[in-house]
Amino acid sequence: MTNFIIRSIGQRLVLLVFISIISHAIIHLAPGEPSLVDPANPMMKAEDIARIRAAFHLDDPIHLQYAYWIRDLVTGELKSFKDSQPVLPKIWDRFLNSLPLFLIGTLITWFLAFPMGIQSALHRGSLFDRAGTFFSYALISIPGFFLSLILIILVVKTFDVPVIGMRTFGLEDSPLFFRSMDRLWHLTIPAIMSAVTGVAVLSRYVRSQMLEVIHQDYIRTARAKGLPEDVVIYRHGLKNALLPFITMFGLTLPGLIGGSVIFETIFAWPGMGRLGYEAILGRDFPVIMTLNFITAILVLMGTLLSDILYAVVDPRIKF
Amino acid sequence: MQENATIQAEALPPATSLLAERWRVLKKNRMAYLSFWFLLFLFVLAIAGKALTDWFVVFNPQTVRLSETFLPPLSPFTSEIVPKEDAPVFGLYLLGTDELGRDVFARMLEGTFVSLMVGFVAVGISFTVGIVMGGLAGFYGRMRLGFLTVDSLIMRLVDIMLCFPTFFLILTVVALLPPSIYNIMIVIGLTSWMGTARFVRAEFLALRDQDFVTAARAQAIPEWRIIFIHMVPNAIAPVLVSATIGVATAILIESSLSFLGFGVQPPDATWGNILSDGKSFIFDAPWLTFIPGFTILVVVLAFNLCGEGLREAFNPKLKQGR
Repeated sequence: MTNFIIRSIGQRLVLLVFISIISHAIIHLAPGEPSLVDPANPMMKAEDIARIRAAFHLDDPIHLQYAYWIRDLVTGELKSFKDSQPVLPKIWDRFLNSLPLFLIGTLITWFLAFPMGIQSALHRGSLFDRAGTFFSYALISIPGFFLSLILIILVVKTFDVPVIGMRTFGLEDSPLFFRSMDRLWHLTIPAIMSAVTGVAVLSRYVRSQMLEVIHQDYIRTARAKGLPEDVVIYRHGLKNALLPFITMFGLTLPGLIGGSVIFETIFAWPGMGRLGYEAILGRDFPVIMTLNFITAILVLMGTLLSDILYAVVDPRIKF
Repeated sequence: MQENATIQAEALPPATSLLAERWRVLKKNRMAYLSFWFLLFLFVLAIAGKALTDWFVVFNPQTVRLSETFLPPLSPFTSEIVPKEDAPVFGLYLLGTDELGRDVFARMLEGTFVSLMVGFVAVGISFTVGIVMGGLAGFYGRMRLGFLTVDSLIMRLVDIMLCFPTFFLILTVVALLPPSIYNIMIVIGLTSWMGTARFVRAEFLALRDQDFVTAARAQAIPEWRIIFIHMVPNAIAPVLVSATIGVATAILIESSLSFLGFGVQPPDATWGNILSDGKSFIFDAPWLTFIPGFTILVVVLAFNLCGEGLREAFNPKLKQGR
């Protein structure tokens, strides 16, 4: 087991190198350069562009550019193309903004999805099951930004509270209570919106997994032994049904950046997703690549965890 | 002796083929059954819509009528400025007009074909890649290629792909590549096969040592047959759920890309870009937002419900009456 863990960590470090090479290559080989963002600007003369290209090492061969990127990333001197601010502190600021959104969204997701899915599976065909299925599918099926628009109009019209951005401008000097209420209102709709799809998808998976397990022979055996129904369901059934969710746990982490692009754009939430979107629009290569790289590290930790848990939980799987 | 055989034959239920049996199970699920027919109708509509918008001028979704902007649904065509041959079908704007006076009904018809094509091609790509990759990794996992096993090679590739945040990656690639509908389909397909591959592999790991696989090997059945005929059907239940969600997701991703301005480019219409163009006029012309919005909702919902029904019908472990 220890051997397996050490080997996995080693493999993941190698993987990380490949990921950094690939993400660097995708971005540099694709057409579209930072110097082309504003071609109509009369202030940009040919020699200016040449100077900018030289300053960003854009004329060097691609493996040299890669080396420069890694060197700057490690020493923390990587600068954004757009405003010459150091990239890492910039991302860290945005990360702190994204974190509450992600945490609350994930909590809502897991705490709603599991009870809903299990109940649906246990009372298959009941009104709760059918309504739950229908509404989950309705929630998966509606485009996120469409639902957000409807919610924004509804909430603003009924409660008359501000929902766009992170805080209301001009409230900085008000008492703590008002400021936190303000923050809470701004957080509510984006957090709900980022949890909606998760709840719907996850509760469907829980339901289908539970249904599969409930018809197994060992469940019948457990019932035949005379065990109480709760023990049968939660100890014998749920434990086996949980296996696929171990992988899903590791896969939720990239949602921190990717899943939030749309909602952070709609709600003008200054988080990582929006930073990424702005960087893509501005061809701000260092920011895009570093965001990819950081997500990669997060995900690798997630999958490592899920692989270890897999081996611990399921004795059928040997490494 | 002969008498005995007749009696036995009468006691058995009439023989039904596997497909007829599944069809009966699907029929019992009312929502799924309805969705199935709705989707069939939609495919016909999509093909008809493609033909009509391409060949008939009354259905031309790109006809601009600047004097006829923002007409609500069901307004009659009364303009005297617009030439007669630009009149909408039946002389009626069934679903209103948009900010350029284009007929929303014709645009939605065109969008039906494009949106469905985006969904199907993307999911087709992603599931072919996913099942093959997952199957290979699960079945030939222990085989060595140089210093790596097949399993670790494929799963490391999956890990690399999973490390990129999907929507962010799609957005990056679509934003950097020249805008084209084929790029969008390929990029969505090639960035979403990893979940399938992991599911298929996890199932295969548990399946490959089971008795029916050993039995199949003992009969010298070729390996590709064991993988695709014997093991894939046993591993496919969770994959089918995500297949239905996959078509849904692809249509939704396209609409999200449109929302950010990187989707299918005008003048081509998809439900996504009609919706995202319409949202600026949500207070003046709510039908421009709500018609495509609810269309996407209903169609994607039908895909999901139908898929759920199919999954239950084709899953031998979930037979009715147990």
